[in-house]
Amino acid sequence: MKAWLPLLLRLALVVLLVAFITSPGWFEPLLKPLTENNAPVIYNQGSLLTLTLLHLRTVLIATVAATIVAVALAILVTRPAGAEFLPLSRSLVNIGQTFPPVAVLALAVPAVGFGEKPTLIALFLYGLLPIFENALTGLTTLPANVVEAARGAGMTGWQRLTKVELPLSAPIILGGIRLSVVISLATATIGSTVAARTLGEVIIAGLLSNNLAFILQGGLIVAALAVLIYDGLSAVERYAARRMGREAD
Amino acid sequence: MTIRFDKLGVVIAALAAYAAFLAPFATFRANRIVPGQARSILEALPATTGPLLLAILVLAALVALFRTPLILRLAASVVALAALALLLGVAGTFLTPAGNTFARVSPASGFWILIFAVTLLLADVLTRLNLSPWARVGVLVVAALAIGLLLISGRWDSLSILKEYSNRADSFWAEGSKHVTLALGSLLAAVIVGLPLGILCHRVESLRAGVLNVLNIIQTIPSIALFGLLIAPLGWVATHVPGAAALGIRGIGTAPAFVALFLYSLLPVVANTVVGLAGVPRAANDAARGMGMTDRQRLFGVEFPLAFPVILTGIRIVLVQNIGLATIAALIGGGGFGVFVFQGVGQTAMDLVLLGAVPTVALAFAAAIILDAVIEMTATKRRVETA
Repeated sequence: MKAWLPLLLRLALVVLLVAFITSPGWFEPLLKPLTENNAPVIYNQGSLLTLTLLHLRTVLIATVAATIVAVALAILVTRPAGAEFLPLSRSLVNIGQTFPPVAVLALAVPAVGFGEKPTLIALFLYGLLPIFENALTGLTTLPANVVEAARGAGMTGWQRLTKVELPLSAPIILGGIRLSVVISLATATIGSTVAARTLGEVIIAGLLSNNLAFILQGGLIVAALAVLIYDGLSAVERYAARRMGREAD
Repeated sequence: MTIRFDKLGVVIAALAAYAAFLAPFATFRANRIVPGQARSILEALPATTGPLLLAILVLAALVALFRTPLILRLAASVVALAALALLLGVAGTFLTPAGNTFARVSPASGFWILIFAVTLLLADVLTRLNLSPWARVGVLVVAALAIGLLLISGRWDSLSILKEYSNRADSFWAEGSKHVTLALGSLLAAVIVGLPLGILCHRVESLRAGVLNVLNIIQTIPSIALFGLLIAPLGWVATHVPGAAALGIRGIGTAPAFVALFLYSLLPVVANTVVGLAGVPRAANDAARGMGMTDRQRLFGVEFPLAFPVILTGIRIVLVQNIGLATIAALIGGGGFGVFVFQGVGQTAMDLVLLGAVPTVALAFAAAIILDAVIEMTATKRRVETA
């Protein structure tokens, strides 16, 4: 009975979220007390569904790009040919993280213009570190006997990488992607300060017109998305870890 | 004799060659918001210094390209950095027509790529030198002093970002101190609350999952929404709790920003305290118990010192994150360097954005280096003591 409770809660959250973004009108009475002077209760300059999908698309593109680059970089610096780049790449990715997202956004504007592009750049930079760190951990802590066995079986470097090392590191790399997605989901809202179409638009409209209902609905949709995606990716990770016989952390 | 290339050097030399010969070094604008005109190194500098800068850059790129001794690479990167920094100021003076106060000169993509390439070389040398924590802080101090001297000497005064600064010198320092107060104050509050909470979570297992879950969920709320949501409750407190308004608690402004940063800071502090305490070797605890130490003595004499590096790592995460997040406080009237960033975005005046962004990045960067050094010092001390 108790094991069903978390699943039930999550299902309820999914249903609520879908109901809210598809027909926000149903929830108007709930949010009504938060507005003053008959201000609109539900964001009225665009549909919440479209904004949610655009938000997710931005995060998806940035995360896919960050994953490809971070994993490729981690593979490169763990091969003998790229080993000398290992310390430097670590410090570079670390330095990248000290750039505040707002600064990255604002500075990217003159180069790429307003809209989605500066947001993608900021999310990409921010997503790199957790994925890179985890990919590095995964690739450098492989059980030595397995790697030796693969070598002994006559596998080439490429075969070892794709058939042994990457599948074995998959759960840990997934852990990095999960962290990166959750950070990106929240950071993408800031993109709306440079006119990207994300759920941040709703929150900023609320801040500008002093409308608490807008701020709350924008914030809650993003938070619900983050919780659900975090849970979903954790489940995928546990599945991958079980298949690989490795404990995810 | 075979000539051996340095792999990273190939990347650095390619970047430098592109930036020095193909990309613009500086941008000239007739006033602060019109589109700029690009100027290459030879166009941006007087007839003698332009070729000099190119020569220095080519030499530095050659040093990077081949396998050369570390000390030579260090010298090359430092000389190239100094030349770039000094000559940028020269370009500012050279490009600004005499007596014209509207014209703006700012560094362009070529300059930034060159700085990146040379810094990459320097970072590689410093990483390979494997400096001690003290030496790293020393390098940071020297770099900060050099930049400070350049600023005081007035060699950069002709650059657009400093013209923006001189128009707002007073508010720059006021916003700056607000920014630092926000970041450090909320960190301090989070440590005061988070450490005992972490210890409690470590001791009382039934609390742990619940507290960490709540803190995790707070992290998922986007910062601008959390800032906004705190406006209403704090406004209520300000009007209904006697004395609250006198303490500076308001619905908008610094108070909601402070509370939001505090809430975000709690998770790393609490989680790392729990992880750090859990990582204390059982043997150390047993030995302490065997010596007849009380729970309190054990906490402060054994567990806490051993968990300290991990807790510090949490504090480092919080500090760097807070310095960045404090820029968003400007959206709700909380002040900080974000004021200049958002004003700049609104007026499409990029030099104003830089005036807010550069000090923020510098602060976050310095905080990361200093805390990394402190963490390494405490961690090695711990290893020596337990060995």
